[in-house]
Amino acid sequence: MFLIRVHNPNCTLTMKFIGENLLPGQLGHFFILLFLVGAALASVAYFLSQRAASETGKAQWKNLGRISFITQSLSVVAIFGLLFYIIQNHLFEYHYAWKHSSRSLEFKYLLACFWEGQEGSFLLWGLCQSILGLLLIRSAGKWEAPVMSVVSFAQFALATMVTGIYILGWKMGSNPFILLRDSGVLDNAPALHLNFDLSQPLRPDYLSSIKDGNDLNPLLQNYWMVIHPPVLFMGFASTLIPFAYAIAALWTKQYQDWTKLTLPWALFSTAVLGVGIMMGGMWAYESLSFGGYWAWDPVENASLVPWMTGVAGLHTLLIFKATGHSLRATFLFFILTYLFILYSTFLTRSGILGETSVHAFTDLGMNWQLLSYLLVFTIPALFWFFKSYNQIPTIKKEEETSSREFWMFIGSLVIFLSALVIIGQTSLPVFNKLFNTKLAPPADVEFSYNSVQIYVAIILAFLTSVSQYLKYRRTDTAYFWKKMLIPFAVSFLVSICFILLGEIAYDRKGPVFQGSIWVAVLLSFYTIIANTSYIFIGIKGKLQEAGGSIAHVGFGLVLLGILLSSSNKEIISNNINGIPAPLGEGENPRENLTLVKNLPIDMGSYTLTYEGDSAHPKKQLWYYKVRFKKKDGKEEFVLEPNAFVNYKGNQGLMANPSARHYWDHDVFTYITSIPDPANQRDTTQFKSYVQKTGDTIFYANGYMILDSTKIRKEVPKELFGDNGKLFEVPINIFSKTGSNYLITSRSAYVKGQWIALPDTLSSEGLIVLLQQADDMGKVQLGIKQSDSILKYVTLKAYKYPFIKLLWYGIWITAFGLLLSMYNRIKKNRVKSQSA
Amino acid sequence: MKKIHLVLLIFIAASIGVLISFTNTASTYDTIGTAMQKPGKFVHLMAKLDKSAPLEYDAIKNPNYLRFTAIDSLGVTVPVVYHSAKPENLEMSERIVLKGKYVDGTFVCEEIQTKCPSKYKEEEAKGLKHPGNVPDPRTQP
Repeated sequence: MFLIRVHNPNCTLTMKFIGENLLPGQLGHFFILLFLVGAALASVAYFLSQRAASETGKAQWKNLGRISFITQSLSVVAIFGLLFYIIQNHLFEYHYAWKHSSRSLEFKYLLACFWEGQEGSFLLWGLCQSILGLLLIRSAGKWEAPVMSVVSFAQFALATMVTGIYILGWKMGSNPFILLRDSGVLDNAPALHLNFDLSQPLRPDYLSSIKDGNDLNPLLQNYWMVIHPPVLFMGFASTLIPFAYAIAALWTKQYQDWTKLTLPWALFSTAVLGVGIMMGGMWAYESLSFGGYWAWDPVENASLVPWMTGVAGLHTLLIFKATGHSLRATFLFFILTYLFILYSTFLTRSGILGETSVHAFTDLGMNWQLLSYLLVFTIPALFWFFKSYNQIPTIKKEEETSSREFWMFIGSLVIFLSALVIIGQTSLPVFNKLFNTKLAPPADVEFSYNSVQIYVAIILAFLTSVSQYLKYRRTDTAYFWKKMLIPFAVSFLVSICFILLGEIAYDRKGPVFQGSIWVAVLLSFYTIIANTSYIFIGIKGKLQEAGGSIAHVGFGLVLLGILLSSSNKEIISNNINGIPAPLGEGENPRENLTLVKNLPIDMGSYTLTYEGDSAHPKKQLWYYKVRFKKKDGKEEFVLEPNAFVNYKGNQGLMANPSARHYWDHDVFTYITSIPDPANQRDTTQFKSYVQKTGDTIFYANGYMILDSTKIRKEVPKELFGDNGKLFEVPINIFSKTGSNYLITSRSAYVKGQWIALPDTLSSEGLIVLLQQADDMGKVQLGIKQSDSILKYVTLKAYKYPFIKLLWYGIWITAFGLLLSMYNRIKKNRVKSQSA
Repeated sequence: MKKIHLVLLIFIAASIGVLISFTNTASTYDTIGTAMQKPGKFVHLMAKLDKSAPLEYDAIKNPNYLRFTAIDSLGVTVPVVYHSAKPENLEMSERIVLKGKYVDGTFVCEEIQTKCPSKYKEEEAKGLKHPGNVPDPRTQP
């Protein structure tokens, strides 16, 4: 028990609340302040260290900077631990635990709760930046002071997002340690207040009424939610480092030296951010039922764009290191990369995306703060860049068109401009807000991106293959053509085979787009083959030098995977058993298929049977068992797509697909509809028929014939009494759909009473009851036909070919990038030792 | 002029061209009245389900046919046809965004986005009405 002053202004009593554990929260508040102050102090101390005139002054300030930065890092770790403790122990007196977790949640999802909310994800970001900052303290050398000053300032900016203090009436940040009773959530719950009066304070034992939390959004109860955010935020955090170096270089006017130290970070950032983004894609593919790994959703775009500008920066950086060209572009690209991360933060967290995105956090009322966060970095960084633009060294002599740097620069430019186009398209809601327009995304959002980006892919694939064989400064034409020819010829043949085999038939968008896809496929093969052969021809199989080529092979695989899987994506659940609806031209085909329980239904090359469902022991999560049987009899398997049904006040279905993976394609299916549980009450009455063997009874969907009447009289007397009998009436049912069934209705005459056992044929919605029978074969049947016993599910199924190429491509790209990073770090070490 | 500057200019012009053509293909957010004025044009309709009108959907007969009436904030109604499975939370939704075209007296919808009152929003949770959560205070000492 703790004593606490109630925040209600009408009441200045000192109030006791039973069962609260306030210590973690108080510690949490303390560490958040320490985080804020430590980061601010580190930034200032490093700043002064850079500015100090004397060596001792520099060293002293730097020491203070280090101590402050380490302190703020430890604070972040402590905050992390405390908040996790609160979630893990279900301390629902804290708003964060109440809002994001529940007792029924599996342990692995407790971490996911942590970063479901804005506050937790900011903390995760801060933790990643702290780790990278600590590495920088070790590795930045003479750049430590200016770089860490920027990094610490970024930490300070993040810390303001989680402080939750009021400054001059403005709420700054949102504190994750706020108590449930202070959060306003309970203010409208009379039952929790004394005398049921809202103007009265809360009951001391209010906490005993808070039995469980709100739980993690069921859509997020997925193992990808555990690993995708940390990787993604590490990617976000990593873009800060090249930015910080670039700013430090502008600040110290040492425009060239920073590039050497930045290169490994840029490689790291490209790898981690790329993997982080595509883990989101894998998640979307596997579980979010969007029918794909990439939907050009604003949130996806907003994180892709900084990755693209980062890749552009990485390539211009390589050009600079080899030739001295493109330094200005390198500055610009790395600065913009971090600024785009901030812009994406603004887009996703401000709620401005509204209708256009499936992601996005709920608005915490911090839009002005988020905007300031964006501007406080954007304005000075860009101002500084353009101010120093003319001082950044450049080479007057023009690049040769036969040089590698010329084409690499063009590649970087294309990827950069492509990023600008994507962010321009994504910013439609921002445009609406600024100019008060009512523009909405076009009818086919994906095509509006694909139709442009396919050409970007073509150009990039071509350049990645060709430029490896070009040399810096200038290339001997004969050498170039000799080396180029074979890979190109091979890729040409392979892709022709593919196209002729009809593997890539996508003519829905017209011949131009189809042709573009073919060209893109050819060039993706070319990227893969040319870069693979370069490892052997160009660098003679030295694996350590091969990072770039490996990354490009991966990139080629990614492109190929995207092209093959997207253009051949096929909906296989085309409805054939329902009544065809009148479809106009250009409308979607009938994509949903209804399966009645135990009734096999054809779907493409499979026969599907919905065999039943089972429930999760603790949640309203249902698993629907669907058996897939290949028509040729070669294969049979069961998929169990699941769905949350009316979960915790979220009306409706939240479906998770289930997939069958093959080496060359995936089949996956998810539930789109189930019978409304509210309509499950059975109100229909039995209708009685008196019949003899061989008679026919008609029902709505067909007819039934009584096969025979079997009477068993030799039943145990002690159970059935005198004259006890057991009747069995097998009935043949012929439905309009052409299916035949045999059911057996049973009834017992027990101690002068009829006891009937109803027999159900759920696929026909029939219940048959043998109400009475006599020895002469005359029977009275009760028949009831009702939709409510009809168990069915409606599902959608896709076939995705060659999706594995995409996933492998991503891992290979990341491996190549990290290999390069390792190689560059090693080279930097050797250089600094010899220097 | 350097070659690279020339390339730069061409690409920038191309990018601007792409963005302008994008805003031309963009759709608009409409009310039922304004959508009716541009038949055949793809629009985003902001409306809600008219609960006084019948809703027609039978997954057994045809899981890909849904028909209902939408009403917007100005009280205008329009029949809607949707050739896909009924979104499970349609009846519970407080607002819907219908993406499609107005053709011959009906709105043919290609996508439905439902906005539901969600427990994850705090406003909804304030009531804490669930009887299991709130013990009768009169039984408390």
